[in-house]
Amino acid sequence: MDMHVAVIQFPGSNCDQDAYHAFASVLKTPAKLVWHKDKTLGDARAVIVPGGFSFGDYLRCGAIARFSPAMQAVKEFAANGGKVMGICNGFQILCESGLLPGALIRNNCLEFRCQEQWLKVEDSTAHFNKETLGQRVNIPIAHGEGNYRIDEAGLAELEKNKQILFRYEENPNGSLCDIAGIRNKAGNVFGMMPHPERAVEPFHPSQHGVALLKAFLAE
Amino acid sequence: MSAPLPPNPAKELNVAITPELIKSHGFQPDEYDLIKDILGREPTMTELGVFSVMWSEHCSYKNSRLLLRGFPMEKKDPNALGKVLVRAGEENAGVIDIGDNWAICFKIESHNHPSAVEPFEGAATGVGGIIRDIFTMGARPALLTNSLRFGDIRTSAQSRRLLRGVVAGISHYGNCIGIPNVGGDIYFDKSYEGNPLVNALCLGTLRHDQIKRGAATGIGNPVYYVGAATGRDGLGGAAFASKELSETSSEDRPAVQKGDPFMEKLLLEACLELMEVPGLVVGIQDMGAAGLTCSTAETASRGSSGIQIELDLVPQRETGMNSYEIMLSESQERMLVIVTKGREKEIEDIFAKWDLHAVQIGEVVEGDEMIVTHHGVPVVKIPAKRLADDAPLCMQEAKEPATIAQMRDWKPESLQPADEALLQKALPALLNHPTIAQKRWIWQQYDHMVIAGTVLSPGSDAGVARLRLGDKEKYVAIANDCNNSYCKADPYKGAAIAVIECLQNLACSGARALGLTDNLNFGNPYKPESFYYLKEAIKGLAEACTFYDIPVTGGNVSLYNESPELAIDPTPTVSIAGLIEKPEHVTTQWAGRGQSLVLLGDWPNELGQSMYLQELHDLKTGAVPAFEFGKIQKLIDLTLELITQGKVKAAHDISEGGLLSSVAEMLFGHNETIGATLDLSQAPASIRKDALLYGEGPGRIIVATTDADAVLSAARAKGVPAAKIGETSAQGSELKISGTALSWDAAALRKGWEDAIPSLMNA
Amino acid sequence: MNIRVFVNYKKNVLDPQGEAVGRAMQSLNFPAHPHVRVGKTIEFTVDGQDTPEFRKTLDKLCNDLLSNPVIEDYRYEISQ
Repeated sequence: MDMHVAVIQFPGSNCDQDAYHAFASVLKTPAKLVWHKDKTLGDARAVIVPGGFSFGDYLRCGAIARFSPAMQAVKEFAANGGKVMGICNGFQILCESGLLPGALIRNNCLEFRCQEQWLKVEDSTAHFNKETLGQRVNIPIAHGEGNYRIDEAGLAELEKNKQILFRYEENPNGSLCDIAGIRNKAGNVFGMMPHPERAVEPFHPSQHGVALLKAFLAE
Repeated sequence: MSAPLPPNPAKELNVAITPELIKSHGFQPDEYDLIKDILGREPTMTELGVFSVMWSEHCSYKNSRLLLRGFPMEKKDPNALGKVLVRAGEENAGVIDIGDNWAICFKIESHNHPSAVEPFEGAATGVGGIIRDIFTMGARPALLTNSLRFGDIRTSAQSRRLLRGVVAGISHYGNCIGIPNVGGDIYFDKSYEGNPLVNALCLGTLRHDQIKRGAATGIGNPVYYVGAATGRDGLGGAAFASKELSETSSEDRPAVQKGDPFMEKLLLEACLELMEVPGLVVGIQDMGAAGLTCSTAETASRGSSGIQIELDLVPQRETGMNSYEIMLSESQERMLVIVTKGREKEIEDIFAKWDLHAVQIGEVVEGDEMIVTHHGVPVVKIPAKRLADDAPLCMQEAKEPATIAQMRDWKPESLQPADEALLQKALPALLNHPTIAQKRWIWQQYDHMVIAGTVLSPGSDAGVARLRLGDKEKYVAIANDCNNSYCKADPYKGAAIAVIECLQNLACSGARALGLTDNLNFGNPYKPESFYYLKEAIKGLAEACTFYDIPVTGGNVSLYNESPELAIDPTPTVSIAGLIEKPEHVTTQWAGRGQSLVLLGDWPNELGQSMYLQELHDLKTGAVPAFEFGKIQKLIDLTLELITQGKVKAAHDISEGGLLSSVAEMLFGHNETIGATLDLSQAPASIRKDALLYGEGPGRIIVATTDADAVLSAARAKGVPAAKIGETSAQGSELKISGTALSWDAAALRKGWEDAIPSLMNA
Repeated sequence: MNIRVFVNYKKNVLDPQGEAVGRAMQSLNFPAHPHVRVGKTIEFTVDGQDTPEFRKTLDKLCNDLLSNPVIEDYRYEISQ
C-alpha cells in the first residue's frame, strides 16, 4: 500500500473533505480519512488535522479533540519525527495538545472573519521560505478564534528559532506580531489559521495552497 | 360516537375543553366541529394541541393552499433539463434532475417571528431547520443563502440590533455545520421595523436513487427517534409562528428554541451514512415545526398506515413532561426514522458511532390511526390522514388597498426636472443607501468558502458553487430577490418582477434557470387588504413561472407579519436555482479596463417606486415599471448566448439605483477601481434625465465587451434593443458622462459604498 | 459534593470580549475600570469526600481539560 496523507476526522470537523480532496484530487497524492476513535494512523507519511468545529468548539476550541484516541496516535507520530499540519481548528487542537506552543483566542473584532488574506512568507525551513513560496501568498481565512497569544519568552523563542511561518499583511484578528502560522522547534509540526486547501483550484482566490501543501510534504 | 380515551396520566391535562381553550388554540368554532367529526368524540387536551399545530398556517397552509394551486409544479418541456423528481408539497423539499443521474434538492423557509423575539437563536434555528429539510431527502447540503429584511438601520437602533443578532445567528449555525453561505439579498425599509424577515435557503445534491421519502410503511417496522433529547423548547412554537406579534411577545421568550449546530452536524453525517445502507431506511422525517406531532402524523399519512408511539421511550432532557408538552415540543436537531424490521442493530450501530441517541419509540401498525401512549395509556388516537390532510382550507375576502390606485396614478410630471446638481449628488446618495451599499459587513461573518467549491462569493449577481458529484463536476447558481416597494404598489407585477430579476441575475452569471422556491411573507390574511396582496402576488409568481417554464418545487408561507404599528410590505421572496454549463461561462459584474459598455434592452424611462424617488425626493410612490415576459425572455437568451460565445467580459442588470448605480458597481473591480466615460446621446431626448440615469425596472442588462459590434449585431439578430453607452477607461477612476458636467471619482464612490454599513454597525 | 470551577484568562492575556464589555459599561456611564474579564463557570457534582487526593485529581482535570494553562487560570469552590 502507498504511503498516504492521513486526515483526522473529529465529530464537527468540516474541512476534512476539503483537505482530503486537495491532496487526493489536486495534488494527486494518496490520502485517507482517519476517524477520531481510531487508535492508529495506518501507513501515514504525514498527518493533517483539519479545520471545523471539533466537538462543537465547546469549552475551548480544540480542548476536547486533543483527548481523542487518534490524537494520541498523532502525538506519537510527531514524537517520532512524523510531519503534522494543523489548519484552523487543527492549529487550535495542536496548541491545546501541546504539540505547538501558544494558544488561540477570540478575534479582537469579536466576529467570525471569512475573507481572502495576504500573508508575508517568512524564511523558516528549507521548504517554507520566500524562495519556494514567494514573498507573499493569498490564502483565505475563516475563523472566530484566530488571535494567537504566547508569553514574551515563548515569542522570543519563536523568533530566535525562525518558527514563524507566515504573518498577516493586514491583521484580521489581533494576533500577536501578526502571526498566522508557526512550526515547532524540531520543524516537523506546523499550524496555521489560513486554509491552504481553499487555494488550490482554478476558481479559488489563488492557487498558492498547492505550493504550500507541497512544501509541507517535501522531504 | 367513539368511546372517550381514558384519563391522561398527567392530571393537569384532564380538563374540560372550553370555548376559551378552543380559541386560544387558534380554532374557529366550525373548525372545532370538524375535529369532533373526525374523532367522533371530544378531543383530549393533548389532541387539541396536536390539531392546533397540524392545522396552523405554518403546517397546513390553510389560508394559502387554494391559491398555490396556480403554481406550475412540473416542467412543461419534457426534454428540457430540470425534470421535477419530487414535487412541491409531496415531501420536505422538492427535487430536480440536473443530469447524469444527479439531482438538486432545495427549499427556502422563514423564521421571522422567532428572529423578531430573539434574533440570534431565531435565525440560527431557522438555518438548522432548513438544513434538516434538505438532508431528510437524502441530499448532502452544498450551500446556503438567505433573504433578509430589516427596518432602516440608519435611523433605528432596534433594527441594527436585530441585524447584528440575525447575522451572528446565521453565521454561528452555518459556519459550525460547515455549509457555505454563498449569497443572498437584503433590503432595509421602515415597513420591516420590529418585524424583520429571515428566510433561509439550503440546496443539497443527491443521486436519483438516493431520494428518501417521509412515509411510514410496512406493518411492524420500528419507528426510531434520533438526535437530541426533548425538552420544553419553543412550546407552542408553530402556533406562535403564526400569531401577530403583539406587545406580549417579549414574555413569549421561552417559546424560542435554542439550536446546537454541532448536534446537527452529527445528525447530518449519521443520517446520510444511514441512508447509504441499501434497504435499511423505509422513511425519514425531520421533527420540524410541530416536532413529534408533525413527523408521526405526516409519515403515517403518506404511508397510508397507522403509527403507534410510547412517550416514555422518547429521550427527555427535563423531568415531569406531560404528553401535551412532549408532543408539542420544538426541541431542535431531532429526526424520526422508520427502518426495516429485523435490522435495528444497523441503525443503532451507526448512531452509536456518532454518539447520538437512536431509540425505538414505536412501530408502524395496521389501520390508519396515529396512536400515542404515555405510561402505556392512550392519550392521542386520531386518523392520521385526516389530521395531516383535512385541515380546513379557506379563501378569505380580498380587497384592493386604496394606496395601490394612489401610487399608480402618481405622475412623474409632478416632479420638477432634475438639475445637474441633484443628478450629481444622487449617485453617492444611492450607493450609500444600505440596500444598495456593499454587504461585506454581513457576508464576511459567514464562512462562504467551506467545502472549497465557492466560485462566486456573495456580492455577485448570483452565488455560484462547483458541485463535486462522484467523479463529475457541475456548477450551480442561485439568485434571490424581491423588491418590497414594487410588491406594495402592485403585488402582481412586483412578484413577477422578483422572478424576472432572479432570471436576469442568473443570466448575468452565465446560468440557465431550473426551478424556483418561494417564501411568501405577508400580513394577517383575515384583513382583506393583506389577503389581496397574497392573492395577487401568488398570481404574479404563477404567471411568470408558467411563462418561463420554471416549476415551483416548494417553499414556505409566513403570514401575520405585523407589528402593532403596521403590516410589512408584501414580500414574496423568490429564489431560483440554475446550472452553468461550463466553468468558463461563469461571469461576474466586474468590467475590465478598455472595454465597451453596451446596454441590452430599452432605455430606462421610469421613476415609479425607484430608490431615487425614495432617497432624493422622499417619495415611495409611482407605478411599478412595466414589462413584457416575451421581451425579457429574448434578453435573457441573448445574454446567455453572448456569454457562451465568450463575447462578454462582465454583465450586470439594472435594478435598485438605476443605470448609473449598476455601471458604478461594474467599476468596483476585484483588484482595482476603474473609470468610465458614458455617452448617452443616443437615448431619446424625450426621456427625463433623472429617469434615464436613476430609473429602475426589469428588462435591462449592461454588458462589458471588447467587441461591441458583435454584441450589437447579435442583439439586432435577436430583436433586442441595444446601444453602446460608453467605455471603461484605460487608466484612472473617473466616471463621467460626456456632454454634461456630471463626473465622479469611482474610487470615492466605492469608499462610500463600502463604508456605509460598517460605519453604522461599528459605531 | 457540588463543585464550581471558575476559569478566566490569565491577567496578562488580552480578553477581547472583556474589553468590549468594558467599553459598553463606560458608554452606559457605569463607573467600572475598562479592563473587564469575562470567564466561565463549570458546575458539576461528584460523589465522595473532599480529600487531598480528590483535590489532586480535580487539579489535574482543571489543568488538562477545563482550562488551558497557557492562557487561563482557574479556581474552584467545593460545597456539600
